Amino acid sequence: MAKPVDNRAWFLVLPVVALVAFSALIPVMTVVNYSVQDSFGNNEFFWNGTGWFKELLDPSTDLGGRFLDALWRTLLFSGLCLLIEVPLGIGVALTLPRRGWGVAASLVLLALPLLIPWNVVGTIWQVFARRDIGLLGAAVNGLGIEYNYAQSPLAAWVTVVAMDVWHWTSLVVLLCYAGLRAIPDAYYQAAKVDGASSWAVFRAIQLPKMQRVLTIAILLRFMDSFMIYTEPFVVTGGGPGNATTFLSIDLVKIALGQFDLGKAAAMSIVYNLIVLTVCWIFFATTTRSQSEAVQ
Amino acid sequence: MNLSWMAWTWQTALFFALLLGVLATMTTLAALRPERDRIGMLGLPTTRGDRLFLTLLGAAFIHLGWLALAGEAPLWGASILSLLLGAILFRWA
Repeated sequence: MAKPVDNRAWFLVLPVVALVAFSALIPVMTVVNYSVQDSFGNNEFFWNGTGWFKELLDPSTDLGGRFLDALWRTLLFSGLCLLIEVPLGIGVALTLPRRGWGVAASLVLLALPLLIPWNVVGTIWQVFARRDIGLLGAAVNGLGIEYNYAQSPLAAWVTVVAMDVWHWTSLVVLLCYAGLRAIPDAYYQAAKVDGASSWAVFRAIQLPKMQRVLTIAILLRFMDSFMIYTEPFVVTGGGPGNATTFLSIDLVKIALGQFDLGKAAAMSIVYNLIVLTVCWIFFATTTRSQSEAVQ
Repeated sequence: MNLSWMAWTWQTALFFALLLGVLATMTTLAALRPERDRIGMLGLPTTRGDRLFLTLLGAAFIHLGWLALAGEAPLWGASILSLLLGAILFRWA
């Protein structure tokens, strides 16, 4: 621990920095430039100072109201996804076989949804949940439950959350499974000698040992669900009304639908700051748990 | 090279120039004076870079909060608060 960190190794990542500059930094700089100006097209810009930000942060304005509504919707969506996917993922990981041919078979099966592109997942669910021809939609309606994601906000929410759970729970499962496999047998043998119940084994051995992979799983799932765009856009298009208009969908509506570049730029900067903050909180908690593990 | 599509203004150019200057200074400092992380009031191991990141992130939120809450008060009030935050973080975080 007495060795100082030598940061000169960072110079080796300069080529990556150059690449990222083209793909990310220059666009972000442009967004910052847009956020303080107004444009009526034709690449002409007029100085607007902090005007867009003021409007965005004032819930009584049209833009501010939209932003706040979309932010709450996105947070609710991310919260629901985490609440369902994390316990479900842990549960499935615990029931997976530990040896034999079943390991490979279940891992391949679980990896399948992860390999499907977002827009395809959206299309699958758009058809699957349709009340006239969709297997799920027609079956639920056949049971006498009114289910139409194009008209009922509740049905739309159920559909987009179920779609995300279907698509991404596997990721949590695979990460948890990796964490579980890393636990040496000696822990289980000790638990057996003590006559520990399976709940006690879970609480005292498996859950603490999974803590790090779970943090990564929660971070990845939060970030992905917080910036979700394609799947709900394909299934509901943000509707019915604005019921499933998440931040990213609203952002594209403002930027490309209304061509309000300034408003959209201000909104994406605040969106980006929220993402950065959440990333930092997760990063801090992981490094903290790691440094505690070292001690 | 035509950069008109980037819609530069002198204000944003100054902002990015300052940011770049700070990053260049920190990089030089990191190369010439390597440091160890330390645990401060946040209870986390932080390096100079971490403290700079937190200061910049905090400054962004302070400015946004000022725009949302302070009404017509001049924005440099938020800048002073941000400098104060930076001083606190660099000293004690």
